[in-house]
Amino acid sequence: MINLYPLKDFRFPVIADCISPDVFQGKTITEIKQLKVWEGNKEKKLGELFKVEEAKTEDASPENLLTIHGDLSRVRRIGAGMTSGEIVVKGDVGMHLGEEMKGGKITVYGNAGGWAGSMMKGGTIEIHGNAGDYLGAPYRGSNQGMSGGKIIVYGNVGVDAGAQMKKGLIKIYGSAGQFVGFKMRDGTIYVQNDCEGRAGSCMKEGTIAIGGFMESVLPTFTFEGVKKKVKIEEGEVVETPFYLFLGDLTENGRGKLYLAKAKNPQLSHYEKLI
Amino acid sequence: MELLIRNGFVYDPLNGVNGEKMDIAVKDGKIVEKVNERRAKIIDASGMVVMPGGVDIHSHIAGGKVNSGRLLRPEDHFKDFERKTPLTRSGVGYSIPSTFTTGYRYARMGYTTVMDPAMPPLEAKHTHEELSDTPIIDKASYPLIGDWWFVLEYLKDGKIEECARHVAWMITATKGYAIKLVNPGGLEAWGFGRNVCSVDDQVPHFGITPREIIRGLCKVNKLLNLPHTIHVHTNNLGQPGNYVTALETMKCVEDLAYDDKPVLHITHCQFCAFKGDDWRTLESGAEEIARYVNTHSHVTLDMGQVIFTDTTTMTADGPFQYTLYMLSGNKWVNHDVETETSSGIVPFHYRPKSAVHATQWSIGLELAMLIKDPWKILMTTDHPNAGPFTAYPMIVAWLMSRKAREATLKKLNPKARSRSLLPSIDRELGFHEIAIVTRAGQAKALGLKDKGHLGVGADADIAIYNLNPETLDPSRDYEAISEAFKNAAYTIKGGEVVVKNGEVLRHMEGSTMWLDVKTCEPCEIEVNEEMKRRFREYWTVEYENYPVTEDYLAISHPITVKADV
Repeated sequence: MINLYPLKDFRFPVIADCISPDVFQGKTITEIKQLKVWEGNKEKKLGELFKVEEAKTEDASPENLLTIHGDLSRVRRIGAGMTSGEIVVKGDVGMHLGEEMKGGKITVYGNAGGWAGSMMKGGTIEIHGNAGDYLGAPYRGSNQGMSGGKIIVYGNVGVDAGAQMKKGLIKIYGSAGQFVGFKMRDGTIYVQNDCEGRAGSCMKEGTIAIGGFMESVLPTFTFEGVKKKVKIEEGEVVETPFYLFLGDLTENGRGKLYLAKAKNPQLSHYEKLI
Repeated sequence: MELLIRNGFVYDPLNGVNGEKMDIAVKDGKIVEKVNERRAKIIDASGMVVMPGGVDIHSHIAGGKVNSGRLLRPEDHFKDFERKTPLTRSGVGYSIPSTFTTGYRYARMGYTTVMDPAMPPLEAKHTHEELSDTPIIDKASYPLIGDWWFVLEYLKDGKIEECARHVAWMITATKGYAIKLVNPGGLEAWGFGRNVCSVDDQVPHFGITPREIIRGLCKVNKLLNLPHTIHVHTNNLGQPGNYVTALETMKCVEDLAYDDKPVLHITHCQFCAFKGDDWRTLESGAEEIARYVNTHSHVTLDMGQVIFTDTTTMTADGPFQYTLYMLSGNKWVNHDVETETSSGIVPFHYRPKSAVHATQWSIGLELAMLIKDPWKILMTTDHPNAGPFTAYPMIVAWLMSRKAREATLKKLNPKARSRSLLPSIDRELGFHEIAIVTRAGQAKALGLKDKGHLGVGADADIAIYNLNPETLDPSRDYEAISEAFKNAAYTIKGGEVVVKNGEVLRHMEGSTMWLDVKTCEPCEIEVNEEMKRRFREYWTVEYENYPVTEDYLAISHPITVKADV
């Protein structure tokens, strides 16, 4: 088990793809300290920016567990491309957390920046604070969205969560910004609280369930009826009545957009269409 | 600065040198008979192949459309970037590299001259700004003239000579190099939401046909004595069954040929050699095209070889890009350039498992293999339409080795085997023929006198590849071939070593070539007033602001041409 402590408050963005259990595995502390990172436009060694410690614990914690303590809100690309192992961040973390990760687990006890879990292919990310914009969404312009894995956020998220998603699951226990599931092609997004609007814009397939208030549904969605419950994943079913909409018709889509009936009385006029 | 390249195996097809061991002497940027051996810098090329610097007849590297493509595709850049070094500037790839990266990457492959084939006249200033920023390589650009209102009107009235004078003004005003036709007539029709689907379809509002446009501009080309032929992107490009249109296009100028010289260049011919009624029955029409080209001497072609990768298609052919957009559902850009032309950009991924893409791949190579004379079929990918130019080394390997083709064919959709002749073709090109399809043939087709050969007086643009033709068997060691062509041992541009072992040694500027067409009487006098009126009416740019002045080019290299009108 390895512990990392930042040695200072970072003023410039730090690009640290090397902070990943895959890279650390089989390396000694001295070797880990020699890994290259970028601070602003200067190439530095990991040991110059972080204190690296090997902690020997008695309990049976997995060998390739990596814990980072402190404020990392300027440190980007932590756990990028990781395939196994576990990262625990006790503090905030910067952009591109777990970009293109394929397996393993990242837990953040703090807030995460934009593009957390961007282009993710597998594994799990758990964020106990808030997440920024573009949660699980691909790089700008790309249509290679999240294609597997699971992201759980216990706080709120920004705009474009799950954009271009192809597969996988995003659960947000707080509220979400606009354009949840923009252009999504499959997969599931669950927002327990409110959503700012335009959910499912340009979606083709997949499921978006919103348990809170959303002022209006895009006019390119058709009303399908009222459902008693929505299944989020194996073992998690939300048992409350939901309005079901299908769309987005601008893309000839058949995606499902569920909105909790109890929280959205402004949509009750749709019931006349049943 | 003097330079002596010793003991290389020299391939210089234009001068009939085929792999002979000899020395090449360079002085003041030109190739000379001999230099003072004591003073000259010596490059030991023993056991290496020495060729003229590569020439690319068709590669979209600059201009409004290329730049829109860059803006459209941030995801294309972020995984492929080059950091700045003390010598070179930073930049990004992949399918639409930034200007600096374009120059460096071409130079690394031993290329020294590149032609940008589609410059909307209105975007000429932008194109030249980007060309000036493209380092090392020499370049030129072809203005799009095939759908230009003035030209259509002159041709409609049968005024070939007036048309020629106008085109002469256009080429000089835009600092262009050749006459480019894209889907002649079709782009004008696209302005009204239509297209033309054969060479005999009428262009709306003008009442002329693509045949008349092609023939007219072919005559104009001859009257102006331009070094290159007309450069044609055929009608119906990218539609199943369009090999008929390509054949029609070649046939329609058959009688205009003289002295066995080419009068027509059909570009990215792979895209117009489709046989079949629809996408499901698509097969290769390369055999028919090759049969025609083998028996006629008035056409040259380039391949437009498909590469299996994620790339960006961009042509001036608006209706074709619309078809691609409908097929792929990708994001896109479509643009109508006032009265001149149109354009479109669609990101596109060629996939080995797709029967259509796999067939397209084999069509390109089939054309190169079935056309017997390598001077008639040149190597391009129509960068970036069928793939980025960085894939050239791979194409060289495919051309030189049947085994390399088999290795790729194995990974493709099995339908590619039954829909083309490629699996049954044994032909493999040698270094001499590779030198033709990648440099000598291209320079000859372009009419570049100082490029593409190593004779005395030629520009000292030289590429040296670390390959020993005596010990290496290209058909088996195809990976070594592609590796060597990827990273030239030396690239020499204008007598200076710019690349060594695939690394750029210095940042230098390349020149921009353009034609200064001298007509017998200045054409502007008679058309001036009428043109000014038209510009005021139809263009967003005034006539006075329209021409690109010579000081706009970083290094201007005018080529004077004396016209017959």
